[in-house]
Amino acid sequence: MRKIECDVAVVGAGPAGLAAAGRAKAAGAGRVLLIERDRELGGILQQCIHNGFGLHLFGEELTGPEYAYRFITENQAAGVEVLLGTMVLEVRPDRRLYAINRRDGMLEIQAGAVILAMGCRERNRGAVTIPGTRPAGIFTAGTAQRFVNMEGFMPGRRIVILGSGDIGLIMARRFAWEGAKVEGVFEIMPYSNGLTRNVVQCLHDNDIPLYLSHTVVEIHGQERVEGVTVAKVDEKLTPIPGTERRVPCDTLLLSVGLIPENELSRDANIELDPVTGGPVVSDEMETSLPGIFACGNVVHVHDLVDNVTRESWLAGEGAARLVQGRQPRGPLLNTRAGEGIRYVVPHRLHLANLKERETTLYMRVREPAEHVRIEALLDGEPILSVRERVVRPAEMVSVKIPPGSIPEGRTATELTLRVVKEGERG
Amino acid sequence: MERLKADVVIVGAGIIGTAIARELARYELEVFLVEKEADVACGSTKANTAIVHAGYDAHPGTWKARLNVRGNAVFPQICRELEVPFKQTGTLVVALKEDEVPHLYELLERGHVNGVPDLEIIGREELLCREPNVNPKAVAALWAPTGGIVNAWELAIAQAENAVENGVKLLLQQPVTRIELEDGRVRTVFTPDFAIETRFVVNAAGRYSDEVARLVGQENFRIVPRKGEYYVFDKRFGHMANCPLFPVPTAISKGILVTPTVEGNLLIGPNAQDLEDKEDLRTTPAGLKEVLTQALELMPDLPVKDAITNFAGLRAVAKPSNDFVLGPAPGVPNFINAAGIQSPGLTAAPAVAEEVRDHLQEAGLELHGKKKFNPYRKRITPFRELSREEQAKLIEQDPRYGQIVCRCETVTEAEVVQALHRPVPCTTMDGVKRRTRAGMGRCQGGFCTPRVAAILARELGLSLDEVTKKGGASKLLLGRTKDILLSEEEAEAHA
Repeated sequence: MRKIECDVAVVGAGPAGLAAAGRAKAAGAGRVLLIERDRELGGILQQCIHNGFGLHLFGEELTGPEYAYRFITENQAAGVEVLLGTMVLEVRPDRRLYAINRRDGMLEIQAGAVILAMGCRERNRGAVTIPGTRPAGIFTAGTAQRFVNMEGFMPGRRIVILGSGDIGLIMARRFAWEGAKVEGVFEIMPYSNGLTRNVVQCLHDNDIPLYLSHTVVEIHGQERVEGVTVAKVDEKLTPIPGTERRVPCDTLLLSVGLIPENELSRDANIELDPVTGGPVVSDEMETSLPGIFACGNVVHVHDLVDNVTRESWLAGEGAARLVQGRQPRGPLLNTRAGEGIRYVVPHRLHLANLKERETTLYMRVREPAEHVRIEALLDGEPILSVRERVVRPAEMVSVKIPPGSIPEGRTATELTLRVVKEGERG
Repeated sequence: MERLKADVVIVGAGIIGTAIARELARYELEVFLVEKEADVACGSTKANTAIVHAGYDAHPGTWKARLNVRGNAVFPQICRELEVPFKQTGTLVVALKEDEVPHLYELLERGHVNGVPDLEIIGREELLCREPNVNPKAVAALWAPTGGIVNAWELAIAQAENAVENGVKLLLQQPVTRIELEDGRVRTVFTPDFAIETRFVVNAAGRYSDEVARLVGQENFRIVPRKGEYYVFDKRFGHMANCPLFPVPTAISKGILVTPTVEGNLLIGPNAQDLEDKEDLRTTPAGLKEVLTQALELMPDLPVKDAITNFAGLRAVAKPSNDFVLGPAPGVPNFINAAGIQSPGLTAAPAVAEEVRDHLQEAGLELHGKKKFNPYRKRITPFRELSREEQAKLIEQDPRYGQIVCRCETVTEAEVVQALHRPVPCTTMDGVKRRTRAGMGRCQGGFCTPRVAAILARELGLSLDEVTKKGGASKLLLGRTKDILLSEEEAEAHA
């Protein structure tokens, strides 16, 4: 068994791991090891050949591989070490990792700090319980994307898409451009679960219908998918009898949500947030286990890679501070999801950090609304309010708390975020 | 069409056909195991509850009663010889109300008559101590320590592999199309590619066994497919039941149960619905709801949101007897039925195989023991079950163990490659899944499908778009990118 020691070990080299590793190195961590299970760096970005990445961060519209490439070259120049084709099997609370690959066999890696950046996985048919047969031709949108963009094969030629997540919308367009017939995108909610820009650019611009408040109630076909039955749903998301309609197709793509991939975190007994499905983290992006950090989609599912990068920079910085003994000290306060908010990340904030630097809170609203304010209350007392013209569950809301927003000497315990309708007083 | 000569042709390579094949492999015989699907274990064997029953259910005097207890007794040895995962967890029948308790005593009595050892009625306290997640309203339970859980398809695959290694010839994708009789005896069995001249035929065709019997003019039974639907839950919740938990049985079924699987998942099901269509493996909203509702009665804290998949299976119920149909077909002495083997058919399989052997002998087949018979079969060692040191050693021996293909179940490339080169051909995605568990975890193939497909294509010399899920027309992919555009361009050019 080969043994390696490093200052910071990063698990996963998608956008989160790439940014975290680079920032850890830049912030002064000595040996930074980036561990990736796939044959190349970049994670899911490598199969996202469409553009739109980096618009917020770089003011440019990059493709997924281009976005990854920036970080890959930067890391290379900075001296981040990389292990490819390497799967981490276990993360121990004492920051020891077990990983395997073809070349080195079993590796035991002792790190000063660990950053979890495993990303997320797609919800599948079982998770949403679609009745019917079990033929070939049912794919999650991401798996289909890999087949088309990386392997050069077509999962199907006549496509129905269930769920309007961003990958589903992107794949609707991708299939249409390949000459496949996309029968429609069926979304159980009364609103789309993808970014507005994707609904417009992927569906509207390609004449692909979006059916809101619809779902697939049955899959047909013994060997290969031959069609699906779709139906309208009521307010309780229950199919309405009599609205069923059979749509012939050879393929059903599922874009029904993403789940943070926390097998390693769970096995290490890291505290998880039942709402996000990811670790509970501080504003250093440190989990409940000291020295183990997490960032990106493993913490909560993002819709923009730019935000993943920003969050991962914090994790890299946090890990570097830890190994250099520069972690912030002193009390923390908890964040809480108040009315209209599903969750807030990070979960804990150092008062010392709040004093010194701008803190960004990421959150998702429970339902779409127009003309609202997002209010931050410190132990019940409003300290900040941000106007939003439109908020939607599919689009993450971020609230920036300027340094020094907490009055000096104030002993606060909880920061609550809530949605308030414009014109109403909280 | 190729002509072959056999002593025995076994029709159907499910749990029963493969058990018979292995049993007959002990003797100096030319045996053909003929299967219509692309793999063994593709019918009821791949979709059932995988319980090894103790034997208190069946009514005394039936085949089911006799062969269940006999089969149960030899299960530990068979699974040891064949390295098939089997846990003798015991089973519990849970009475949720006082008025169900007399049923427990009925089952206890029936069990005694059937010869089931060590049955015991336990009280609420002991039940809740053994099974903390069972409904606290439960009042008592029947404890059957000889019951257990097994991997049913792996047992069938193992039996088939062991049979083939001992000389049985397996013919896949060969549905029996015609059986030629001569003087009231079977003479030749026809499949699309073969004409097998044979001295005996064993009908182990599962839910199609009535149709195979009809090929020799027998119409004394018919098979009604009885559907059962299931949910499988994430492995995180496998610990919620320590053994199979049955409700008090109904007239037609043992009821919807909650059980751990031998691989560590939690499984609930099956309901019971008699059908006409023998291919109706659809799950239905009503059926799944029924399964969930009743399972929640037994275990109110079921992790409803953590289902990873649902499926349906079909039991082959023989009418009018409702019992196994075992023995020579009336008037065709060299055609032996092993039909209608529904629950507890999996448990009974070893005993069914012995019965069939005896029937063959009585019908004139000479049995000379094979000196070289090897009862042992090596499984594909699951990487996930080994210690870190053992894993390290394996990767040193074969670097392909260092490549994880399925992250949920920690399956390596080496295991997938091995699955593709064993005595029973494995040529499909589902075949790999059943042999290695790649794709059976919580992401249900989202991650590993492209990777397994690539290995399968490479190892079998196929193009990626020739890979199928389960043979036939179940192609995973439909051509290459740009195919549609290029053909449209071509069509325009011709226009």
